[in-house]
Amino acid sequence: MRSDISQDVLRAGHAACPGCAYPMGMRMVLKTLGLRTVVVVVPSCAAIIAGPFPNTSLGVPSFHSAFEIAAPTAAGISAALKRQGVDDVTVLAFAGDGGTFDIGLQALSGAADRNEDFIYVCLDNEGYMNTGVQVSSSTPQYSWTGTTPSGNTRHKKQIMEIMAAHRIPYAATASIAFPEDLMAKVEKAKGMRGTRFIHLLAPCVTGWKIAPDEAPLVSRLSVESNVFPLYEIFDGLRYEINHQPKRIPVERYLVLQGRFSHISAEQTEAIQTETDRAWAELCSREMRSRQLYEGSKGTAARVSGD
Amino acid sequence: MRKFITGNHAVAEAVKLCRPDVVAAYPITPQTPIYEQLSDWDSTGELGGTMVKVESEHSAMATCLSASLTGVRTFTATSSQGLAFMHEMLHFAAGARTAVVMAVVNRSLAAPYGFWSDQTDSLSQRDTGWLQLYCENNQESLDTTIQAFKIAEELMLPVMVMLEANFISHFMEPTEVPEPAQVDEWLQPPKLPRRFDLANPGFSNGVVTAKQYRDFRRLSSDAMEHALSVVERVDKDFGRTFGRSYGLVEAVDCEGAELILVTTATITSTARVALANLRSRGMKVGLCKLRLFRPFPVAALRSVLDNAPRVAVLERNISLGREGIFCSEIKAALVNSPGHPKIQGYLAGIGGTDVNQHSIEWVLQDAFSREVFMDQPIWVDDAAAEGGYNA
Repeated sequence: MRSDISQDVLRAGHAACPGCAYPMGMRMVLKTLGLRTVVVVVPSCAAIIAGPFPNTSLGVPSFHSAFEIAAPTAAGISAALKRQGVDDVTVLAFAGDGGTFDIGLQALSGAADRNEDFIYVCLDNEGYMNTGVQVSSSTPQYSWTGTTPSGNTRHKKQIMEIMAAHRIPYAATASIAFPEDLMAKVEKAKGMRGTRFIHLLAPCVTGWKIAPDEAPLVSRLSVESNVFPLYEIFDGLRYEINHQPKRIPVERYLVLQGRFSHISAEQTEAIQTETDRAWAELCSREMRSRQLYEGSKGTAARVSGD
Repeated sequence: MRKFITGNHAVAEAVKLCRPDVVAAYPITPQTPIYEQLSDWDSTGELGGTMVKVESEHSAMATCLSASLTGVRTFTATSSQGLAFMHEMLHFAAGARTAVVMAVVNRSLAAPYGFWSDQTDSLSQRDTGWLQLYCENNQESLDTTIQAFKIAEELMLPVMVMLEANFISHFMEPTEVPEPAQVDEWLQPPKLPRRFDLANPGFSNGVVTAKQYRDFRRLSSDAMEHALSVVERVDKDFGRTFGRSYGLVEAVDCEGAELILVTTATITSTARVALANLRSRGMKVGLCKLRLFRPFPVAALRSVLDNAPRVAVLERNISLGREGIFCSEIKAALVNSPGHPKIQGYLAGIGGTDVNQHSIEWVLQDAFSREVFMDQPIWVDDAAAEGGYNA
């Protein structure tokens, strides 16, 4: 049964910067999950968007927990609700990339290992944006941040591979530029039990140095250039690519973002090479997993590409 | 039922009797047997609640505090490094007004690594906003754990119950384990606020202004002050039902004493023997056992100590650069008191070293005859432990 998405759970008047992708993603996730949801936010832009005491933009019970414990906080609430006989409520955690890839990774790994019952949405803006743009292990190579003034030397950590290694029932990437795909994935996650992980790319106007109206466009280009492909991993084993991208050159994605304004032609080429490699790798994983796990049920909501 | 069990087992029995909803824990010596025993009962269905076998103490406290905010009864146990790792979450659990109960098996903190009794681990958590109760033996550890749930849930403040490594955690003693029905009657299911009530949605723990922060701290501070009477009442109430109560402090032969020795935890048991020996030889010495450390029972302590000219504080912990932590607290509690006793601090048993009858008698003799009371603590050395004061 499809959820009624006519009702917004994230209210107007939230505290996000103009043009921020976070509330776009949060709004779509929350309206899909509906009112029988408990939300955990941790220090991140999501906690700012949730509002300062005593105000809140969240229309469901919610808790601002500590930075690195989104996952065990959600696990604790989930276990306690079940003890109270409440079994039809989704516990949802929103955490940023710092709270997921870096400081919260141990706690997330522990909870995923135990297959605790919650949906975890990582709102990935590729850096510590809430503290004013510093490098995280999600920041892409060559990107400027306040702590990588001449460009990030490291590759972006492959969080989806890490989550897949835990064999959790569901992991998916999603984009605000593909709302139907995003909401279908949330809907699918809602119908499952255990640890469900959604990796949502959320461009940051300030940190990425883009115009306030460009977050959806940049998001779309991240998918169409293959920098951020849309796919799902079931049980950590079976891969399904949800969107066949247009494979536009990465340069078109990079050129819109001030954080890449300093990079050389060679570095752009290196990003293109790495993007092509990662896409080929993903396609081969999908093909291999299809051969290995043929017959296991795939209910992925495919988005038609062109 | 009387059982011959370790202190760890006694705590586990207490937890089972209190029917916790969510237990989250992680192994650490010498607390691990509590976790193992509860896991055993979880696997047989006797525990009843949900056991969350987390990947760290930090996540244990995260799980407990969020479950407590949801409105259920929660428990965890840890020790030493694990407690230190939890530190951030301890502030969080108290500030969010949860009712988490935690057993802490006092063990020395690295570096260097040691596995023996030392109270500096829990005393380092003094300012986290948790209640702290120190236990003398296995029976008191069991009884205090049961009391802790009632105290925590009434106050909406988390409670730490301390038992010492090995001397309690692994030593076996005959311990009275109450009947489940009796505990059910005494300790009702928790009536905590359900912060994640779908019918009444709200956002817990939003960012506050400076003034709002101050006002929340004030409320927590008021609750802590109120806690003194709650701990006292719950202990008396427990005594009426189960026949055992302990007080905030316990005074032994303190009337008219010329010297009062202050102790906590297991050193108290040995001190009782030393005290009896010296009193039989005509020395007017008394003993004051401090059981509650946070909130600090200033009035109760003053009423015992203020009439004595001399006080000796003997303890198994140190704030490096000052002295034993209990000693500093006791000095502070008596600074405005009319009697103004002289106070000397003694350190013994640090790192789990033995504190026997001889060493305690040495302390009593030293404090009894001392002309100058020093600001610095006296390290009770091994020679004192061997031969007594005159050796």
